[in-house]
Amino acid sequence: MARVVVDVMPKPEILDPQGQAVANALPRLGFAGITDVRQGKHFELEVDDSVDDETLAKIAEGFLSNPVVEDFVVRRVS
Amino acid sequence: MTRIGVITFPGTLDDTDAARAVRYAGGEPVALWHKDADLRGVDAVVVPGGFSYGDYLRAGAIARFAPVMTEVVGAAHRGMPVLGICNGFQILCEAGLLPGALLRNAGLHFVCRDQKLRVERADTAWTAGYADQAEIVIPVKNMDGRFSAAQSTVDELEGEGRVVFRYLDVNPNGSLSDIAGISSPDGRIVGLMPHPEHAIDPLTGPGADGLAMFRSVLGAVLA
Amino acid sequence: MTATTHVDSVEHAKDTPDTPQPYRELGLKDDEYQRIRELLGRRPTDAELAMYSVMWSEHCSYKSSKVHLRYFGETTTDEMRSTMLAGIGENAGVVDIGDGWAVTFKVESHNHPSYVEPYQGAATGVGGIVRDILAMGARPLAVMDPLRFGAADAPDTRRVLPGVVAGVGGYGNCLGLPNIGGEVVFDPSYQGNPLVNALCVGAMRVEDLHLAHASGTGNKVILFGARTGLDGIGGVSVLASDTFAGDEGGTGRKKLPSVQVGDPFTEKVLIECCLELFREGLVVGIQDLGGAGLSCATSELASAGDGGMRVWLERVPLRAKGMTPAEILSSESQERMCAVVRPSDVDAFMRVCQKWDVIATEIGEVTDGDHLVITWHGETVVDVPPRTVAHEGPVYERPVERPSSQDDVLADEPARLARPSTSDALRAEILRMAGSPNLSSRRWVTEQYDRYVRGGTVLAQPADSGMIRIDESTGRGVAISCDCNGRYVYLDPYAGAQLALAEAYRNVAASGAHPVAVTNCLNFGSPEDPGVMWQFEQAVRGLADGCATLGIPVTGGNVSFYNQTGTTAILPTPVVGVLGVIDNVATRIPTGLGAPGDTLVLLGETHDEFGGSEWAHVVHNHLGGRPPKVDLVREQLIASVLRTGVSAAHDLSEGGLAQALVESCLLTGRGCDVELTGDPFVALFSESSARVLVSVPNPDELTAHCDEVGLPWQRLGLVSETNELRIEGVGELALTELSAAWEGTLPALFA
Repeated sequence: MARVVVDVMPKPEILDPQGQAVANALPRLGFAGITDVRQGKHFELEVDDSVDDETLAKIAEGFLSNPVVEDFVVRRVS
Repeated sequence: MTRIGVITFPGTLDDTDAARAVRYAGGEPVALWHKDADLRGVDAVVVPGGFSYGDYLRAGAIARFAPVMTEVVGAAHRGMPVLGICNGFQILCEAGLLPGALLRNAGLHFVCRDQKLRVERADTAWTAGYADQAEIVIPVKNMDGRFSAAQSTVDELEGEGRVVFRYLDVNPNGSLSDIAGISSPDGRIVGLMPHPEHAIDPLTGPGADGLAMFRSVLGAVLA
Repeated sequence: MTATTHVDSVEHAKDTPDTPQPYRELGLKDDEYQRIRELLGRRPTDAELAMYSVMWSEHCSYKSSKVHLRYFGETTTDEMRSTMLAGIGENAGVVDIGDGWAVTFKVESHNHPSYVEPYQGAATGVGGIVRDILAMGARPLAVMDPLRFGAADAPDTRRVLPGVVAGVGGYGNCLGLPNIGGEVVFDPSYQGNPLVNALCVGAMRVEDLHLAHASGTGNKVILFGARTGLDGIGGVSVLASDTFAGDEGGTGRKKLPSVQVGDPFTEKVLIECCLELFREGLVVGIQDLGGAGLSCATSELASAGDGGMRVWLERVPLRAKGMTPAEILSSESQERMCAVVRPSDVDAFMRVCQKWDVIATEIGEVTDGDHLVITWHGETVVDVPPRTVAHEGPVYERPVERPSSQDDVLADEPARLARPSTSDALRAEILRMAGSPNLSSRRWVTEQYDRYVRGGTVLAQPADSGMIRIDESTGRGVAISCDCNGRYVYLDPYAGAQLALAEAYRNVAASGAHPVAVTNCLNFGSPEDPGVMWQFEQAVRGLADGCATLGIPVTGGNVSFYNQTGTTAILPTPVVGVLGVIDNVATRIPTGLGAPGDTLVLLGETHDEFGGSEWAHVVHNHLGGRPPKVDLVREQLIASVLRTGVSAAHDLSEGGLAQALVESCLLTGRGCDVELTGDPFVALFSESSARVLVSVPNPDELTAHCDEVGLPWQRLGLVSETNELRIEGVGELALTELSAAWEGTLPALFA
């Protein structure tokens, strides 16, 4: 068994109002020095040995992310 | 009588309203169940609004894999008219039948308002009943209605005249180029965020500007 | 450590009568604990203790309010009862509205959770009331939300209000229920105690009414919907220390938040699944799982039936590991229902659930004993007479005492407050009042709610009432309004409760519907405060007496106590919801002005009445004197007269005539020309009750009718073709200027 992490982020050119809302709120909460925030999704999958990297890429590209507006990164963490 | 399929997924909300709109327009609504790979011989399909699968993962991301959608995609490629309303538009984009994606509203709030639109193409399967450049009022009500796409996609849509509806006066969600609805190259697949099925009767909506959308398709159906 | 979990069974309880039990931590008093021991003839098991403690809590047992609420039953006549198909005590009240249709509606509170976690507190409040309506056998059709917050510009309001509104919208929109009205009220007394009341209305054919009972020995008990987890059990986890080492590290159980998290998608699917089960006739009895979860559902279903019940608790599908029986019984996981089903229907029941991908599990059956027996892997952990849990909880006679300060409050008349007198000052006051937080436009809130879904909404806020069409073929529909002015109630709880009833009644009538039934959500401070109990007692009496005068019954409601921070209670807030019937929604009266040229008539009489008024509050921060006089007979006269050729109407309430004119002009997008009678300040800002502004093309017929029935009226002016509100002796106010003042307030504060 392995743990796999898939991080999905909006493409850089896509407007991210949720990230912006967070960035705007930080100074109001007293935190300085944060110039930008982008918000995405973090998936944690428990996979057995039969699931290879190609399959993971298919899952990430075809389902967990929307390639029209999102990029993804797949990492095996254990 | 022209038979128009209306799909129900778990979480679909505006199916009965879409069916009513079809009846008001003079068509026969046919209920289609998401698990059935069967369009029951309908002449056109409406993918209605709501929160299919709770908008989990992404709006429309799970519904687009439903057995019924395999049939819809196949039929669409064979020229069947398909209308995606709100969540339906999201599903059609996820399914690749229309370009672009619908993202969280720029204002980060759910917005329900009576929205002024311009009908920019009055010659699609779903807009033939409107005068060209007609200004109509149709309710929008959504949380993830911001149309996004690569600039090249937007340029292509504009260049090919595939922007069917545009927001007027107010852009309620930050959609690029004020795009409210688009079509496939052949004009038979149309997706829009506003809800024409809620504008069929001044008693229950801002007017009856939405009826023409359902009437249009009666003339567009393939023999 | 491998825990040899021994469960606290009935056998074990019999063998260990002197085991100390943490009943005080669970909220039970010494005498209540003793009573449980007497009822059972032994000490209760952990699971039984958990059941009694949640079911005998104030929220579930109504122990401080029962003695007072009886007055509703005492004052409901047979005639009032004649259209009631279910009343107080059922999941929700049900009224026959004619043509074979039954409508069920109820309003409930979810106040404390909304302070802790505004979004989820509000969301689960909506979820809970919708399930109550569903449990009556009805399709839920619409929701409304009376909301109350601290001062509009207070920092914590900025935290709470947007979350609550987002939660109400997030849950209700996803369920596909139009939000057709509600309230947003600001007052400092709600600062640490926001009020989130949620109303739901549903309809069914009369013959499809489902009551919650479990009759029929051998019938199966099926739990369906979401899995059961640790939501909301906060206090009950103290029982876990009985089995393991007494610290949190030993149990492996983190201290969990006591907030429930809602999943509206699961509830939407549950609604469709239930309605199909009802259509197919597969349900004998049904109960939703709300506060007190399975404890409530099992004990209520068993109590309402004619036998006992047996439950195999290990069959409950769980979503957390290692839950104890006490925890499972106390869990407040959302989106769950419990049905009683004939054995021959179980397969069909399961097939419908499978179609909707709803988890359904047979967890028990109806027995011919008179006990509720619950086992856990073969050991009996609960063996109780169900009525003692669900219906025979403690009944308190809390001390009631009119506060000594009350006379001083009444004597502090607003007549002495400085009033504007010049036309410029009056003109400025109109704008100031229109933009004040309690009178300003609620568009920022209502645009976050779907008002259109289901295609049957005919009127929604900012109209006087919310109106939906029930029957598409005949146009039959219902209208609902929820109202309460807590300041009036504070000054005089008896009259204030009647004024709340009067306002809701008036709003329903002003839309063209005929009021038939009442629901209420009684939000008060601590019942341990005799002054609060006095407010409660008086408000209940006022409301009940008012209902008797109007001939419309209270069909159900909710009590929320302990809305109090330290010694400061909230304004006593008995929210009253009135439901009316309209034969054909096409004949509804729109809120606003009629057509240009229509005559404006003010029905009712205006007196110098400013006690508890919005003007006294906004301009002078004053709360004192007497509230406006109640005249329920006149409210009835107005209702009867409104059916005579009126093209539009608007009720008068907070902010008086000035506010009614401003709103009417802005809602219609049209101006009018008005002449005032008497003192212009009083004419504009007094809050005398029993008044409605109407537009009428042919005034003579209306005014003749008024004279006939003895209803005072006053000709105000005409609806104009201009874009200005023109008031003689005061000035002109352009609609653009009014709009800027009225619409700008909430966005400036919360956007």
